[in-house]
Amino acid sequence: MATRREQFLARLIPMATGFATLILLLALWQGAAMAGYVNTFIAPAPWDIAQSFPDLFADEDVLGALAQSFAETFGAAAIAGAIGIPIGWWLHSRRLAGLAFENWVANLAAAPLVLLYPLFLVVFGRNAATIVAMAVVTALPPIVLKTKEGLDGVRRTLINVGRSLRLSHRQIFLRIMLPAAAPVIGNGLRLGLILSLISVVGIEFLIHFGGMGDLIATLGDRFEVAKMFAAICFVLLTSVAFFFIGEQVDKWLARS
Amino acid sequence: MAGTLVNRQHVRRRRLSPITAMRGAAVIVILALWQAISASGLLYNGVIPSLLAILRALVQVVFGSELYRNMAVTGFEVLGALLIGGIAGIAAGLALGASRFLSRAYEPYVHYLAPTPKIVFLPVLMAALGVGPASKLALGAISAFFPMALSIAAGVRQVDPVLLRVARSFRLSRFQIVRMIYLPALVRPISVGLRLAFGLAMVGCLLSEIALSNRGLGYLAAQDYAHFQIAHMYAVLIVVFVLAAAGNAAIVWALRRPGEA
Repeated sequence: MATRREQFLARLIPMATGFATLILLLALWQGAAMAGYVNTFIAPAPWDIAQSFPDLFADEDVLGALAQSFAETFGAAAIAGAIGIPIGWWLHSRRLAGLAFENWVANLAAAPLVLLYPLFLVVFGRNAATIVAMAVVTALPPIVLKTKEGLDGVRRTLINVGRSLRLSHRQIFLRIMLPAAAPVIGNGLRLGLILSLISVVGIEFLIHFGGMGDLIATLGDRFEVAKMFAAICFVLLTSVAFFFIGEQVDKWLARS
Repeated sequence: MAGTLVNRQHVRRRRLSPITAMRGAAVIVILALWQAISASGLLYNGVIPSLLAILRALVQVVFGSELYRNMAVTGFEVLGALLIGGIAGIAAGLALGASRFLSRAYEPYVHYLAPTPKIVFLPVLMAALGVGPASKLALGAISAFFPMALSIAAGVRQVDPVLLRVARSFRLSRFQIVRMIYLPALVRPISVGLRLAFGLAMVGCLLSEIALSNRGLGYLAAQDYAHFQIAHMYAVLIVVFVLAAAGNAAIVWALRRPGEA
């Protein structure tokens, strides 16, 4: 049986290897850029990218762009939740509706919905409403599906206990079904939030209307390559942090 | 026996019919709503064209040559992206799934980078590969890589260890183990990964065509939008969605298990 130290080392050594590989790749890239093997107009040296991070904060209002992207993302996810959870509940409570439309929603989840953005562009114009509407459409299917899945999975025994205590339908839903389904619904909201963020950044990039996507596109248009790489790193890191936090909340919901 | 079967089929038919009716009603309601909004004048003229105008545009698009020229370009990009991203994803997934050390070392990077918006790489790819199909294909390949790698890695880990022990006790070679145990077990993960990869590759290629291109279905839709040929744009989008659904169905069909309908 492995001791605690051995278990710790069994986790630490691979993690350190992964991190060392990352550092090695960055060092190789730096060396190749300095030796002239890499065109720095296309891929600037990692050190130059790191140095342009402060400029990104000082000159480009990266925090403002991030705030805009996040506001659109959370706004869209909230709207998608407000629409998607009742639809999921409807698909759960009306068996026929569930049988008729669950597959449709699943197909929508797999469809390239983001390509509908020209449709929203002609309806709402080139503004934040288009970005939010598009993100709502992208975030909706997983929220609907996970809400239905969560409610379908509530144990009959719990509902029967509620009935034997003469709780009303509303009370059974609010006090028993919703808390029991919360981890799965939370999972759906997390997926919706991630899809919403991806959609927001993508549409901002395409329609040049503020936010992180627009910042990257603008820096690319201005050929400020090091800053553009810094902005890309920033978007990737915030997305990773976003995903990580969501995952932790999900685990916490599943435990509680 | 035969009577029971007929009864079951009868019950199934009876069960199916309200579902079909409900679906039909939903389609009619959606189309009627569309037509009503189009006729109401609530939105700018032409923003929501009538169903007839869209149908006319669809016929025009389908019977014109422009669609097929651009479809060939997008098809090339998506298939190329699937091939490159898919093969790289399968290789990475096999390595991550088969080795616990590699999984712990590198899988977190793949796992956390997978849900990031890949479109942010487009300016870099365009600078490196130009504005032609190569940059679109590369973005599609990056998008396709992640779901494939994660799906295969999870699939490899789910292979029953008993089967592997039996294979070793029969002294099967590594190639035989891959062919006889891993590959049959990986059909479903490959199918799931390929479907996700196909959708993401398609989005990647089309969005990059919309951003900057002079050919492809994304370019066609963007041009229609720029020239306010909205009915034509909707027709192109319908074609894109039909192609996406057909591609998805083709993958499911191609990778179905023997005996599956």
